[in-house]
Amino acid sequence: MADTSLQPRTKERAADAPTRREVYEAGVRRRANRIALISTVSVVLAIVLLVPLAPGWEAVQRAFFNGRVFAATFPGLLEAFLLNVMIFAWSAPLIALTGLAIALCRDARAPALFPLRLFGIAYTDIFRGLPVVLVIYIIGFGVPGLGLPRPWNSPYIWGTLALVLVYSAYVAEVIRSGIDSIHQSQRSAAASLGLSDRDTMRFVVLPQAIRNVVPANMNLFIALQKDVALLSFIGPVEIFRQAGVYKSLYANFTPYVGAALIFLALTIPATRYADYLMNKQNRARS
Amino acid sequence: MKLLATTALALAISATSVLAQGTCAAGKTLSDGVLTIATGNPAYYPWVMNDAPESGEGFEAAVAYAIADKMGFAADDVTWVRTSFDEAIQPGAKNFDFNMQQYSITPEREEMVDFSLPYYTAAMAVLTTQSVVDAGATATLDSLAGLKWGAVATTTALPMLNDVIQPASDPLLYNDNADVNAAIMAGQIDAALYDLPTALYLSAVVVEGGALLGQFPPEQSERPDQFGLLMEEGSALKECVDAAISELTESGELAAIEAKWLAEATGVPVIE
Repeated sequence: MADTSLQPRTKERAADAPTRREVYEAGVRRRANRIALISTVSVVLAIVLLVPLAPGWEAVQRAFFNGRVFAATFPGLLEAFLLNVMIFAWSAPLIALTGLAIALCRDARAPALFPLRLFGIAYTDIFRGLPVVLVIYIIGFGVPGLGLPRPWNSPYIWGTLALVLVYSAYVAEVIRSGIDSIHQSQRSAAASLGLSDRDTMRFVVLPQAIRNVVPANMNLFIALQKDVALLSFIGPVEIFRQAGVYKSLYANFTPYVGAALIFLALTIPATRYADYLMNKQNRARS
Repeated sequence: MKLLATTALALAISATSVLAQGTCAAGKTLSDGVLTIATGNPAYYPWVMNDAPESGEGFEAAVAYAIADKMGFAADDVTWVRTSFDEAIQPGAKNFDFNMQQYSITPEREEMVDFSLPYYTAAMAVLTTQSVVDAGATATLDSLAGLKWGAVATTTALPMLNDVIQPASDPLLYNDNADVNAAIMAGQIDAALYDLPTALYLSAVVVEGGALLGQFPPEQSERPDQFGLLMEEGSALKECVDAAISELTESGELAAIEAKWLAEATGVPVIE
């Protein structure tokens, strides 16, 4: 932007008048916007006009976009969504802490701590390699089956543990990539200042590393918000299960569309925010 | 001589197909002369024995062949397909003539699909474990409301649970029978609500230390749980199926099939 050397230094031009290049670029931008608008409008029009012409549209509309069923089930879905929010709210901090701990295990450099390092590697390998549903089933039904008394066999406890195990493995890898992105010279400089390994990690490496991986972790938490629904497999009636109950009572898929809208209302702003953070970071770096 | 036998055979075959063509269902099935029936995957005992509906063993398999017979289809003209509940209600062309997997008839569902006349009216029963009974659970509504409940999410047991028993804590819901049983055995729920035949089977065979606490007989309910065959909305076959079912009901054949495949439930205490 500030590259003034490209501007023609003509004497006639006032200091604040646009250059010829700026005028040309503005023209290109206007043309691009016009084309984008026309193409968007024609695609939307094509969808709105052509899809209802399909022979099965009426049946699809009745099964998926049924206003009466939507109105009857939406309040119940919203109520069930509170449970998703609660599970998310207590899982997310646990995942962040466990992920950090595992990342630090994998980064342990002292020879005596090699078993810790091995544990970190095994942990991330295993839990990133397993489908979430499988872990939820095994832990959610398996551990309580050992004979724990109530309330310690609650599906909420063990389902949460399953989510924490799987997601902390992903978070650990992201944090580790953040730690690896901090140049060795930072550690050397810290050592030359007399900081211990521990203090170097705590005051020099981690603050920079974590800041670097905030956008990547945001993406993981958006994914978690959706995977909370998998806890319904072991009993809790969250929004996905509630939608399934309505689906079966009304023999109609509209409640799933309602649930999708509620999910989107939360995940789209979160995704936009993650993108915004990522862009900001890229700008700061360049 | 051989030619004669072949001709006779061909005649016999065309005679049976003419028989099928001449009845109500002619030209209304997916493929001519063949009745395609859908059931669950897997199909559960005692509705279908050994997950093999082709054998005609088990209550629903036997009823299916009886209905097919009344509609003019020989046993050989019946083919089976498997569908989930969701496949059965999705919009668009169906891959079955009718679907038979303990579908409860409700007015809400009736708006999206067609149901036949009921072929079975189910009592609902409370499946629990001996240890819950030993801990003092009894077959009264007060005692039942204090239990931790579970149910299969896609069944009509859930509305019944919420309307009649009104449990103190929210019931937990599961995908299928197997998951409910896992939760019972893990002690996460005390009791689950099933139709009586399923509950009898589960308590006797599947759930370790299983017990039946009591049943809600259909006469007691305002909206008893009635099973019907599910068909595409506006199916032309509905009148033929209904005619076959009413014929079976009136002749007492349906009751005989029921007596043969579904256990006597008189031993299970009635919950008032």
